[in-house]
Amino acid sequence: MSAVDRATRLGAVRLGTEPSGIVRWIILGVVGVVFSIPIVAMILFSLKAGLAGGYTLDHWASLFDDDAARVYRNLFTGIGNSLLLAVVTVGIVLVVLLPTMILVHLQFPRLRRVLEFICIIPITVPAIVLVVGLAPVYSVVVRIAGGSVWTLAFAYGITVLPYAYRAIQSNLDAVDVVTLSEAGRTLSADWGRVLLFVLLPNLKRGVLAASFISVAVVLGEFTIASLLNRVNLQTALLQVSQSNPYVAVIFALLALALAFVLLLSIGRLGRTRRTGSES
Amino acid sequence: MLRKRHLAGIAIFAAAAITLSACSTAAETPAATDVDAATATSAEEFGGLDALIEAAKAEGQLNVIALPDDWANYGEIKAAFEEKYGITVNSADPGVSSAEEITAAENLKGQDTAPDVFDLGSAVALSSTDVFAPYQVANWAEIPDANKESTGLWVNDYTGSMSIGYNSNEVPEPESLDDLLGADYKGAVAINGDPTQAGAAFAAVGLATVLNDGTLDDFTPGIEYFGKLKAAGNFLPVDPTPATIASGETKVVFDWSYNNLAAAATVDGWKVTTLPGTVYTSFYNQAINADAPHPAAARLWQEFIYSAEAQNMFIVGGAYPVTLEAMNEAGTTDEDAIAVIGNLEGDIVTPTEEQSTAASALLAEKWAAAIG
Amino acid sequence: MTVANAPVLVSDAAESTTRRHSPWGPATRRPDRGLAKYLGLTPFALYVVVFLAIPTVIAVASGFFTDEGDLTFDNVLGLFAPNVLATFGSSFWISAVTAVVGAVVGALVCYALLGTRPEGPLRSFIDSASSVLAQFGGVMLAFAFIAAIGSQGLITVLLKDQLGIDIFENGVWLYQVQGLVPVYIYFQVPLMIITFMPALAGLKRQWAEANATLGGTRFTYWTQIAFPVLAPSFFGSLLLLFANAFSSYATAAALISQGAQIVPLQIRSALVSETVLGRENMAGALALGMVVVMVVVMWGYSVLQNRTSRWQK
Repeated sequence: MSAVDRATRLGAVRLGTEPSGIVRWIILGVVGVVFSIPIVAMILFSLKAGLAGGYTLDHWASLFDDDAARVYRNLFTGIGNSLLLAVVTVGIVLVVLLPTMILVHLQFPRLRRVLEFICIIPITVPAIVLVVGLAPVYSVVVRIAGGSVWTLAFAYGITVLPYAYRAIQSNLDAVDVVTLSEAGRTLSADWGRVLLFVLLPNLKRGVLAASFISVAVVLGEFTIASLLNRVNLQTALLQVSQSNPYVAVIFALLALALAFVLLLSIGRLGRTRRTGSES
Repeated sequence: MLRKRHLAGIAIFAAAAITLSACSTAAETPAATDVDAATATSAEEFGGLDALIEAAKAEGQLNVIALPDDWANYGEIKAAFEEKYGITVNSADPGVSSAEEITAAENLKGQDTAPDVFDLGSAVALSSTDVFAPYQVANWAEIPDANKESTGLWVNDYTGSMSIGYNSNEVPEPESLDDLLGADYKGAVAINGDPTQAGAAFAAVGLATVLNDGTLDDFTPGIEYFGKLKAAGNFLPVDPTPATIASGETKVVFDWSYNNLAAAATVDGWKVTTLPGTVYTSFYNQAINADAPHPAAARLWQEFIYSAEAQNMFIVGGAYPVTLEAMNEAGTTDEDAIAVIGNLEGDIVTPTEEQSTAASALLAEKWAAAIG
Repeated sequence: MTVANAPVLVSDAAESTTRRHSPWGPATRRPDRGLAKYLGLTPFALYVVVFLAIPTVIAVASGFFTDEGDLTFDNVLGLFAPNVLATFGSSFWISAVTAVVGAVVGALVCYALLGTRPEGPLRSFIDSASSVLAQFGGVMLAFAFIAAIGSQGLITVLLKDQLGIDIFENGVWLYQVQGLVPVYIYFQVPLMIITFMPALAGLKRQWAEANATLGGTRFTYWTQIAFPVLAPSFFGSLLLLFANAFSSYATAAALISQGAQIVPLQIRSALVSETVLGRENMAGALALGMVVVMVVVMWGYSVLQNRTSRWQK
């Protein structure tokens, strides 16, 4: 750190806007250790060699067995389906939710409370309940749009509404969308250009956060897929867990790692090159 | 302004109208075939087994539900079916209960992910006959009358005996129910679910009843036994899974013999024993969904399940198939497999419909209080 | 994710709904302008009606009918039976406890992250890890905890062998309602981190500088400036955590096999019974009860959220 940086940091700590280095690392250290315990326990379990004790790498090695192929066929279908669903769900958020939120923010300020309430309802209705009502709706959807797995994304779009809404809205609140669009319009840009070239770059943070959380939710979703007898990552994991508990835990760990890496890369995509200082 | 509010209302009304009109669309007509597979009640109506196989292959898929790979060797049975006929078996929801199988069939009616066939506990099978299509397999005569519904709406497929699996490295082999009340088994004993919800747990209470000199008419001795187990601090209220068995969490598990044997095959150190005395059994039932999306494949599956090949695979999995007697007479039983699990002998009891209903009512009343 | 820091250009006049110049440009004679605007809302309205409103109504309405299809209030009245009320109480208790603990710990972690670069490795790692863990639940999470603190779990055995402490001396509490507390906290804290970080990052440095200029200490900064500003967002996030725990089902189902001590497990028992059949419509009534509780909670949340946005301009 340069002398200037060090001085800034010290100043911030004195002001109280930042914790001192020790406090920061104590908090993060304790929480980090506590949160890694279940993961470590899972890893140790996957290395167990039976009830008598002892450890072995056999379970990890069996991932590459040939006769495991039939069992894992389902798992790879599940992974593929979940990734497809993640893409379609993010698409729904970007194409349906985002324009609506911008429209409401600009044109219908009175409807803002209504929109907020609607976007919060999915958390209030637990999945196990929503799922009972989704079955008849999906019998119609299947007739219209076919029975393939991507139609599940419609239900997932609803599930991620609360999180995506919060992420985009906090960005919308911070950026003065009204003035920006006014400025764009006065400079004779049509609405398409204003949306794409003026508003979207400013909303990048919120949109990325919304995509982040949508992907995480889709990869972790089980109840709706299970009810509609579709194969996704979590239902496939459950299938695998019925044959071999060790392999099930290994795949759960791998699924977590996959989601983590995916989110890290999405985060990187959204790196803005800012030259201003953070406040 | 009036017009704007009207427009908002129209938008919402339009959405509802579109939805309702879609709901009232006439159902799709089924593909035209010579034989209506959905109403065939035997292979003859197809024109012989070969014609049935052709029709099933044309469908290409089979949806099964609640068939975990390690339950009575279903993993091998599904794989064998796939290999023999080239039909893909889509296995959904391995962990759901019999009641959920029927719910899934109702929820997914008309969709092509609906289950084609069911494997149900007796209570659910008896009360859901309006969801089934009758079918009589080729070797119908080999199945005892007591084990099937007269038109083939539901047919027993296999049974196991209630057994006790235990971690041989941590606890001694239990020789009687009273052993399990001892200090060796503190915090160790689990049953496979809640008896008011799951068949295997219901059977555990039944076993405790008959081993405590009770009869299946009244499950009270069984409920009291588990109350005592709880009081001794030996009862563990977690759901035992292959994972909890492997991690050593559930050291003693009451479960069907085929489940415990499957766990013994995967987990080193897990052993299975059947307690001396009355043997508690209960058959599961095969049934075909009347609205099956793949009716020919569903019927071929039934033919396969009752063939000697699959029935022997049940024995390998630790279950006793319904045609065992006929197979013994015909000499088609897999001798090695039956030697491993031994014959089902001794005083065998199975609850009747009335006994099941009475016991369910009793459990609904008393179980929660006993287990506390 | 942190909130973008665009400079504030316009005053509260932008908030007012009566504008002489709309962003559409100076007033023009476009008779179908009203229709076009509302048309923009239709896709979302259609989507929400079909996939949210209709399923919710179907699920909740089933509580008002018997198996044969007759209208009845029996199921709803059954909600007031003492054992059902007890399960609502348990659900409330566990949601409240895990929400408070999750909120406090999550807020501490957010505080510890203040001042780090938003695109730096630490922040990215914690953001991604939190998003993943916030959705980690169900059978696998339950098993992870069984493997960690079950009666044969990693930590249990360590404590017993190394320190002689038996955490399960008085019975194995992990498989009862109390046992859900550590498990729920595992996904509550990451959720708190995700939802609260933008608010904490939105604290303006100028306020701290002003506080220092006026002779205040770090203590006064936090108690008199930062906390009042953060309070609506903090309590809003806390309510979100409460709602999350209240409707959580899969994890509890995997851990508690006996009985139905919380509402989602009651719903399970009504829907899935293999041995006691015909209680599915009770599930609808239970769902109605849950929705009512949640609507009240979330109404409080949206009121608090409106107060928060005031400070983010």
